[in-house]
Amino acid sequence: MSLNNLIKNWTSFRSRRPYLDQYKNADYKWAMVIDLDACTGCNACTTACYAENNLPVVGKERYEKGHAMHWLRIERYWGEGESVPVDMVPDRGAQFLPMMCQQCEAAPCEVVCPVGATHHSADGLNTQVYNRCVGSRYCSANCPYKVRYFNWWQYADTAWPNPLELQLNPDVSVRSKGVMEKCTFCVQRLRESMDHAKTDGRLVRDGEVTTACAQACPTSAITFGNLANPQSQVAKKWKNQQIALEKDEQKKDENLRGYRIFEEFRTYPSVVYLERVRDLEA
Amino acid sequence: MSHMIKHDVPDDNEIHIEKKFVPKDLDIDKDVSWAQINKDVLRSLDRPRPIFWVIFFAAMALFSFGVYCEKYQYDNGLGVADLNNPQVWGLYIATFIFWIGMGHSGTLLSALLHIIHADWRKPIYRYAEAMTTFSLLTAALFVLIHLGRVWQFYYVVAYPNERWVWPNFSSPLVWDATAIGTYLTSSLLFLYTGMVPDLAICRDNATGARKKLYTFMSLGWQGTDRQWATFRVTYMTLACFLMPLAVSVHSIVSTDFAVSQNPGWHITSFPPYFVAGALYSGCSVIITLFILLRYVFRFEAYMTMPILNKLIKMTFAIAMVWNYLNLIEYSTVWYGANEIAKQQLLDKMTGTYAPVFWGMVFCSTVMPFTLLIKFVRTHLPTLMVVSIILNFGMWLERIQIITPTFGHSQYPWTWTSGWWPSWVQFGIVAGSFGWFTMLFMLYCKIFPTISMYEVKEMVHDQSKMLKAKGVA
Repeated sequence: MSLNNLIKNWTSFRSRRPYLDQYKNADYKWAMVIDLDACTGCNACTTACYAENNLPVVGKERYEKGHAMHWLRIERYWGEGESVPVDMVPDRGAQFLPMMCQQCEAAPCEVVCPVGATHHSADGLNTQVYNRCVGSRYCSANCPYKVRYFNWWQYADTAWPNPLELQLNPDVSVRSKGVMEKCTFCVQRLRESMDHAKTDGRLVRDGEVTTACAQACPTSAITFGNLANPQSQVAKKWKNQQIALEKDEQKKDENLRGYRIFEEFRTYPSVVYLERVRDLEA
Repeated sequence: MSHMIKHDVPDDNEIHIEKKFVPKDLDIDKDVSWAQINKDVLRSLDRPRPIFWVIFFAAMALFSFGVYCEKYQYDNGLGVADLNNPQVWGLYIATFIFWIGMGHSGTLLSALLHIIHADWRKPIYRYAEAMTTFSLLTAALFVLIHLGRVWQFYYVVAYPNERWVWPNFSSPLVWDATAIGTYLTSSLLFLYTGMVPDLAICRDNATGARKKLYTFMSLGWQGTDRQWATFRVTYMTLACFLMPLAVSVHSIVSTDFAVSQNPGWHITSFPPYFVAGALYSGCSVIITLFILLRYVFRFEAYMTMPILNKLIKMTFAIAMVWNYLNLIEYSTVWYGANEIAKQQLLDKMTGTYAPVFWGMVFCSTVMPFTLLIKFVRTHLPTLMVVSIILNFGMWLERIQIITPTFGHSQYPWTWTSGWWPSWVQFGIVAGSFGWFTMLFMLYCKIFPTISMYEVKEMVHDQSKMLKAKGVA
């Protein structure tokens, strides 16, 4: 029964790494690589994300209050440090960092949700069940990346005035006020292609499915794929950068560009960033 | 034989020289008769000073405003509170902790002092326990108010359902809900159990609807030996049960923060720090209410200055413990290796929220030292102001735990400064004070706020003691 199961797995509640421990031999582990060198900060990915996932455009006033709902945001940093002296910044422009849910293996948000509305799926996604969410916002409080967005208002009432509601993606629910949401790695696309593949009795091929942001990126800065498939582009890039999902197994050359944000918190994020290469002259 | 006795007994003059005894301040006037106690306490159920009604209706107005704010928030979404993405909790959780903290002292001190036979608790424990109950109820309101979807709050409870969906037992919020529920139930039980003999007195003196209420609630108390014996055992058992429970509750509330990994929250000393803070704010509220009740219900004969003095001493001691733990917290961060936490601490002290931090330092660290001045301890209006300042400081403390951490957490892109809660948040916080005051005053009007039977015991014990020492 459920209760026995609960008691048996009590200790595992304390340090959950579902994919690493529980689903070790699963067929899928969705992951991403973002090449910051290729990123131009054009925001096409953000726009694609808005369109794909029914994100409401909140307007200037609410944006300034911090109520924006951008699951994927382009962060702009004016560099300072060794590689980019301060006075060179205006000429050379800003550094951009697309930030979305890192789909952590040991996600800090999952542990603290009182109702289990955010939990881990067998294919390594950090999922959010809107119907279960009561809106305690503890997950957002505990997320070091602060990539969780709360529905402060009933956006559906204002964001898509007639006939704009016709543009909504029918595969994605429109969230009501009071629930938490975040990047899902376009789970609706993943599930669809996994269903197709299952019908055909095979696994999803590399490149068969991709997220809206990766699809929209004009410079192909974002690579998305199945890390469990060693032939996939993502797996190859992870391997080239000597990054392993399990942080302790990772023996990384310091000169490589790949890194994961806040690895030291042992969240085991699924998104690898490739550092931007800059030289000091012009 | 008679000759010998006569020789041994010295005459009156010699008694005073030989057994020179300087009595300490008695906790209560030794001459007060039992009938007088009944009369005085029952009078409080009858007709208080007019100020009672002034406060009561002011509290009701505040509460109504709070209800309006909550309605407005319920209809429009939490956006009206001006919470935003990093600042997700704001005043709601800060005030929640404030009320939970206040809810600690009553029952904990009452149980502790009962176990160690500190008699001076007897005239003041009843209202302190009532305060506990009502502040827990207020705190529970905040848990609901801050939820995005209040109407689904029961998902947090482990109730049997057809889908076999459990709450997430690794979440501190679930521990919270469980701990607070347990504590509220046992505190109510403790309050009620201690009240039964008094309710019987009320029953014997009441008429009409009140008679019915007291008859029902006094559970057929007749004051027989057997009833008293059972009562003593039950009461002591409950006290022993409540002691560790009360300590555990605020420890668990502190895990909301200590379990998370944010800088400024992820600190091992949080559980004792929260418990000390809870006792501190609770004690200062007990002082505030002491002064108020003493005036409003003319309880000068029972809520005496020596008792107040002991209460103040205890508050001061707890304040020092709290300060010590606060210092430990900051120094472990300061000397620790966690750069992010250190930055956050510096930001807390010098950044946008520095006024909150230094306000807390002034109200809760500096102000308790005024309790060392005799004038402050004996001049009731001054003392009341001081006790309110201490409590305000503890409210600021809860804010400075929550807000600066959200404003300056690990991820620099989300650093916010100058965040300010909207009128809705302030309105709901004010409304919670109205709600608490209203409930507490209703309680004072319906139930005896001084434990009559225990004050009688106290008078009895005192005169026995004095006789033994040969003074009376």
